[in-house]
Amino acid sequence: MITAAQKDLDKILNSYPDEPRYLVEVLQDIQQASGYVSEDAILATSDRLRVPLIEVYRVASFYKAFSLQPRGKHVITVCAGTACHVRGAPRMLDEVAGQLGIQPDETTEDGLFTVECVNCLGACALAPVVVLDGVYHHHMTPGKLRKLILSIRKAEQEAAAHA
Amino acid sequence: MPRLSSAVELTALQEELSACRAEKKATVIVCGGTGCQASGCQAVKAAFVEELDRQGLTDKVTLRVTGCHGFCEQGPLAVVEPSNTFYCHLKAEDVAEIVAETVVGGKPVERLLYEDPVTGDQIEREAEIPFYASQDRVLLSQNRELDPCSIDDYIASGGYQALAAVLKDRSPEEVIEDVKSSGLRGRGGGGFPTGRKWETCRAAGNGDGRYVICNADEGDPGAYMDRSILEGNPHTVLEGMLIGAYAIGAADGYIYVRNEYPLALANARTAVQQAREYGLLGDNILGSDFSFDVEIARGAGAFVCGESTALMASLEGKVGEPRAKDIHTVEEGLWGRPTTLNNVETWANIPVIITKGPDCFADRGTPDSTGTKVFALTGQIKNTGLVEVPMGTSLRTIVFDIGGGGHDGGDIKAVQTGGPSGGCLPVSKFNLPVDFDTLAKAGSMVGSGGMVVMDEHTCMVDVAKYFLKFLQEESCGKCVPCRLGVDRMLEIVTDITEGRGRPEQIPLLEELMETVSEGSLCGLGKTAANPVRSTLKHFRSEYTAHIEQRRCPAGVCRELIHYSIDQETCNGCGACLQACPHDAISGEKKQSHSIDQETCTKCGICADTCKFDAVSVN
Repeated sequence: MITAAQKDLDKILNSYPDEPRYLVEVLQDIQQASGYVSEDAILATSDRLRVPLIEVYRVASFYKAFSLQPRGKHVITVCAGTACHVRGAPRMLDEVAGQLGIQPDETTEDGLFTVECVNCLGACALAPVVVLDGVYHHHMTPGKLRKLILSIRKAEQEAAAHA
Repeated sequence: MPRLSSAVELTALQEELSACRAEKKATVIVCGGTGCQASGCQAVKAAFVEELDRQGLTDKVTLRVTGCHGFCEQGPLAVVEPSNTFYCHLKAEDVAEIVAETVVGGKPVERLLYEDPVTGDQIEREAEIPFYASQDRVLLSQNRELDPCSIDDYIASGGYQALAAVLKDRSPEEVIEDVKSSGLRGRGGGGFPTGRKWETCRAAGNGDGRYVICNADEGDPGAYMDRSILEGNPHTVLEGMLIGAYAIGAADGYIYVRNEYPLALANARTAVQQAREYGLLGDNILGSDFSFDVEIARGAGAFVCGESTALMASLEGKVGEPRAKDIHTVEEGLWGRPTTLNNVETWANIPVIITKGPDCFADRGTPDSTGTKVFALTGQIKNTGLVEVPMGTSLRTIVFDIGGGGHDGGDIKAVQTGGPSGGCLPVSKFNLPVDFDTLAKAGSMVGSGGMVVMDEHTCMVDVAKYFLKFLQEESCGKCVPCRLGVDRMLEIVTDITEGRGRPEQIPLLEELMETVSEGSLCGLGKTAANPVRSTLKHFRSEYTAHIEQRRCPAGVCRELIHYSIDQETCNGCGACLQACPHDAISGEKKQSHSIDQETCTKCGICADTCKFDAVSVN
């Protein structure tokens, strides 16, 4: 039986010519579709683009955009650029560590949250910036971040209770 | 969609579109750049759409959502023409009043006007706002004139006329001469003369084709000039690339956009699509023999891919490892073919140089650094945003006159320019003009244009550590001196910030700096020592305090500070207890609280939260 993930993967691989030069673009699409690059995806990509497996793995592990582990349902991206750093970005990580017990590039055990750092989102005038599930939050404070995390937690608990 | 097959058709379309624009009685310009998106411009835009419809004005008033205006901290912002009324910090509920009073009534809504943070004056006209007025916004001023997702807007404003003129009347060699005589130097940080780059590229090759690349992998943290240009005016970048491709003799181009700029990526894709539909990309452009098309590629989160050879490796589907440039990429670049890689801002300057002539460009700036440069002024400063000034403007003018001085009354002590390859300059050097050669001699660099202002709350040793950590993560690992040298430098600086510093580490640090600079292949490694070198040179006393007194004068380095609550000032409100993410504070309600020093991580969140100044750092 073909899974949804496999269907996505086939669709992505079919949309590019089978040439090694599209490796980074293919992995980008896979990352976007599934939230990470799985072992199956690496194998299939190597096969289709005719790139040695070790080379696909090399590229997937070199670029920060690719995650080789599944990420949490909610991704907290803390901008760690210079302007954000001088305006208090490290405190966001303290807040996350305190609330969720995880460090950058880690995922909570319940699979709900992943925190990652990114080197500059280009919204420096609004530092510190945190992106949560694709939504940009500006002039962030640890207090605002705490409230956001708690509200997501609450929503997830309510959803789980209903289900 | 009209397919334009001649310059005459382009001009006819421009005239038709301009006439349509002139018929509208008013224009509302809403900034839709990434910064304003973050602060909520979508709701403001939706409110304008609804209100204009409700008042039957949709056909009479143009609502234009533009790219970044560069004044991000004031967003969401809007400008109403023809009165040139500037509104900031807008919410959806403000819109009805703006439409009634300003769009229809021609009068300002005073409570929504901009207030100058330095003088406290309310200013109505956008053109009179000191932040804008003291700049020379040759490139940035274009953003407000057009919706980046509308090729019609670009054409109505005169877009693609430079290309048409070039294809009709100029030879490739003449175009190269124009670019040479303008004195344009690369705006991405290298500062290499653009005209000379094009000339060498044109002369190279054996008939297998050449490439032009737009480097939109703006990786310097704290820099977002390219984001604003590509997001806000992607067609001008395309037009620049078209002119460059014609001059060099390339039929294929790439725009490499970093992953972290989704809006710039989306707008670039739309622009390419539209340009193809109008026949401005593809075969026989505007009826000429010139054919050119562009592919867009995404960066994948590697700072090193801002380096030209690493970028090209990434385009080829490989890891972003640079190579030695004994053979330059203009001779052997992408897939071994002659390639011209230029930065976004460099390409954006080309249509201006062609339209207004090279002398107009060269008349601005200094003899060796001509033209204007866009800077991203951020950090501990009142007016944060994008600043475009002639090269040669002093740091003092930029930081104090345009930037308005320190944020929250802080005493400015340094400005960091040039990103991780640059350095920190103290206030005593603020009279220096900002140009390629002067800043390089002073131990920093113009770089791509990032300018981060630091005040007395910033620890300069921590800044050095920050950049070393950044470079350690981003080093591709190819060269041993960079890979291990940066690691060792980071270890030493970390020791210093954590109270384990020893005087003998400084000469060792200096030796490492030299080795890393000399032994590294690419710009990342070669300049990795700059942040340490410049802070050691200009802020030695901070290093000395950390090493000899185990003290962080700025109160930043966590191992060297401790927070305490003043038992007399504390009124037991409990705000700090609530805020502490590490449960390090205890106390009963209305009784003074205390911090458990064993559990406390010195994050400082309690001090930020306390409204009574009861928390102090020692």
